[in-house]
Amino acid sequence: MEKTKSVLMAGVGGQGIILASDILSEVMLDAGFDVKKSEIHGMAQRGGSVSSHIRVGKVVYSPTIPKGEADYLICFEKLEMLRWLDFCNADTHVIVNDLEINPPAVNLGEAEYPRELFEETAKKFKNLKLVPASKTAQDLGNIRAANTVMIGVFSKFFDVEESLWLDKILGKLPEKLHGLNRKAFDEGRKLN
Amino acid sequence: MKKLLSGNEAIARGAYEAGVTFASAYPGTPSTEILETVAKEYPEIYAEWSPNEKVALEVAMGAAFTGARAMASMKHVGVNVAADPLMTLSYTGICGGMVVVTADDPQLYSSQNEQDNRNYAKFAKIPMLEPSDSQEAKDFVVRAFDISEQFDSPVMVRSVTRVSHARTPVELKERKKAPQEVKVRKDPPKYVMLPVYGRKRHVVVEERFLKLKEFAEAFELNRVEMNDPEVGIVTSGISYQYAKEVFPNASYLKLGMVWPLPEKMIHDFRSKVKKLYVIEELDPFIEENLKIMGIQVDLGKDVLPIYGELTPSIVKERVTGKAEEPFLSNPENIPPRPPNMCPGCPHRGMFYTIKKLKLYAAGDIGCYTLGALPPLTSLDTCVCMGASIGHAMGMSKALGKEGKGKFVAVIGDSTCMHSGMTGLADVAYNKSYATVIIADNRITAMTGAQDHPATGYTVRGEETHAVDFVELGKALGFKNIVKANPYNLEEYEKVLKEEVEKDEPSLIVNQGPCALLKRAIPKAKKPYFVDTDKCIGCKRCIGLGCPAITWHAEEGTNAAGKKRKGFATIEPTICNGCGLCYQLCKVEAIGTEGKVFFGLVENL
Repeated sequence: MEKTKSVLMAGVGGQGIILASDILSEVMLDAGFDVKKSEIHGMAQRGGSVSSHIRVGKVVYSPTIPKGEADYLICFEKLEMLRWLDFCNADTHVIVNDLEINPPAVNLGEAEYPRELFEETAKKFKNLKLVPASKTAQDLGNIRAANTVMIGVFSKFFDVEESLWLDKILGKLPEKLHGLNRKAFDEGRKLN
Repeated sequence: MKKLLSGNEAIARGAYEAGVTFASAYPGTPSTEILETVAKEYPEIYAEWSPNEKVALEVAMGAAFTGARAMASMKHVGVNVAADPLMTLSYTGICGGMVVVTADDPQLYSSQNEQDNRNYAKFAKIPMLEPSDSQEAKDFVVRAFDISEQFDSPVMVRSVTRVSHARTPVELKERKKAPQEVKVRKDPPKYVMLPVYGRKRHVVVEERFLKLKEFAEAFELNRVEMNDPEVGIVTSGISYQYAKEVFPNASYLKLGMVWPLPEKMIHDFRSKVKKLYVIEELDPFIEENLKIMGIQVDLGKDVLPIYGELTPSIVKERVTGKAEEPFLSNPENIPPRPPNMCPGCPHRGMFYTIKKLKLYAAGDIGCYTLGALPPLTSLDTCVCMGASIGHAMGMSKALGKEGKGKFVAVIGDSTCMHSGMTGLADVAYNKSYATVIIADNRITAMTGAQDHPATGYTVRGEETHAVDFVELGKALGFKNIVKANPYNLEEYEKVLKEEVEKDEPSLIVNQGPCALLKRAIPKAKKPYFVDTDKCIGCKRCIGLGCPAITWHAEEGTNAAGKKRKGFATIEPTICNGCGLCYQLCKVEAIGTEGKVFFGLVENL
């Protein structure tokens, strides 16, 4: 990896974004890279938007990504993609979980979910994939494994042995969830 | 082998490696995980949640006075609370090494202001180290203890959100033994700050400061990186990382110690570069001091922002004066996703009632501050820990009889233990009629569930005495004290109405633990559901702002043929059956397969 790679993950509190970004960071550290990751805890956790910046390279300085320099934008929810466009460039690889979670204003009937804007914006990226991560997890029996499906999806972007990912994921989970998450990871790999 | 640690985990590790045996804190974002890590990972260190930051600092002082190495950690505004002991601790000095960690929050991600606590080091005349990543956070803490003992001074270590909550690789080392014997040490002229001794100690402080200035000149954590001599950048902490990202070829003077500054070193660096930039977040702290030294600064706060956090992009745009056209801009008007009270939150019923009764609510710091946001919009002040009670007290005296029945104070249990008790004493002592609600959810919730003196548990989960708010209220002079269930809307409204009309002060103690507190809510209740055939679309339930309830704007009629603008549904995976919406529905469209009672646990 010559140049520092920047990954931006975005979604909604409770979707397992922090865990997914921890796993990516730890895998890349084990693979011999310098890694920095930064996110916001505290007030932002209460069902709010969550984002995590992960940077991987020989030597990484800033823990946050400069605008326009995200190599990968990983969205765990569709609308959340629209908040991070200024971090992208024409070559950014975008992965979006095909899931809509209504923000409070939509729930209250005061705003509409920006579905059309999402569709229009998605067309502007040449490398964008809409993946059914939540549906896949649901089909496997537990929607909470959607973040593992997403890890499976973006793991394909990195030239790292598959077992490294699985070891990290399973190492953070109780044994009864290993079977489910192994499958969720495999299904995710197939989606990318 | 290297391990990925957050800045906060690294600070805790630094304390461990430095031989620290005493750690205290009051939770506050972004500092909370420092003490949590100490409590979880390092049983060799005594750890406590103190009732507030002042106590956290004082107990750490007591430990340091015996020769032990001690650390107190807090968020930036916590240092305001601890400022009283801190300013005079500078005079007494320590004995065992003592480090005060301040975790600042530029951009106010989870704070009421974004004050720059580098100013405290200058104010208290004590050294401050400022790490820029987790490795430095750990190393600087270890080094801070050495400096503390070498100069008989407390040392501050300043982190910011982007250091505390970033994870970067750290090389771990073994624990050292603290150098001093722990024993009772009598030395009144040093530790008793009577004026007669204090005057002499002030001289010691000033002499120490001169020695520290000399020390800073050769301090290995102040580092020059000579590259292109065209531009030299003086910077510190996280700003260094942003600057390096944008200008990798510039020359740098990276200050590991931001106070006192190494004057000769800076003059020397200035003479080797053509132009000198100062890149720092928030206040022009370094820049102003350079100007006092007579050093020409070619770029600083004339272009860099004085508020908000820096980012690599801001540094680049402001310094080069060129903004790059983004590939895509963020569209405006994307519905925001602000933090919200959780489904089943005990505060929701309280705020619903406050709104219904059109009361003004003097507020405080905690999850319940979110009551200020729509749709509940029923919190009217929030300044600092404990202030709600003072606000209500002041209002009662300023408004006189006219104010009766018009306002309440709302304060959480942890916040009340932190700074509410003195306010309560004032209300009773000075004969106010104010009503104070202790929104007791039995945990410090906003920072992620930390114990405090009224929960009955220590930081390590051991059982201990729990302060009883009713007994506390009695002792402070309250005659009207009522326990109320905020999930029971009818009962709660009745209590609140009655208490605010009284001529004497009232204390309402809410019953109902935090919806996320598993030890208090062992069994999940069955969710409620909406019979969409019955729903008339009146939106009463929607007004609760519960994340589990969704509005569907589809004009039509319900099964009985009644016209409606839409209907509500409840998301069963996040509804925890608190029963608030059930009470509001006038057409019995909301039901459950579970047992009906108001709250997440029975008999509140």
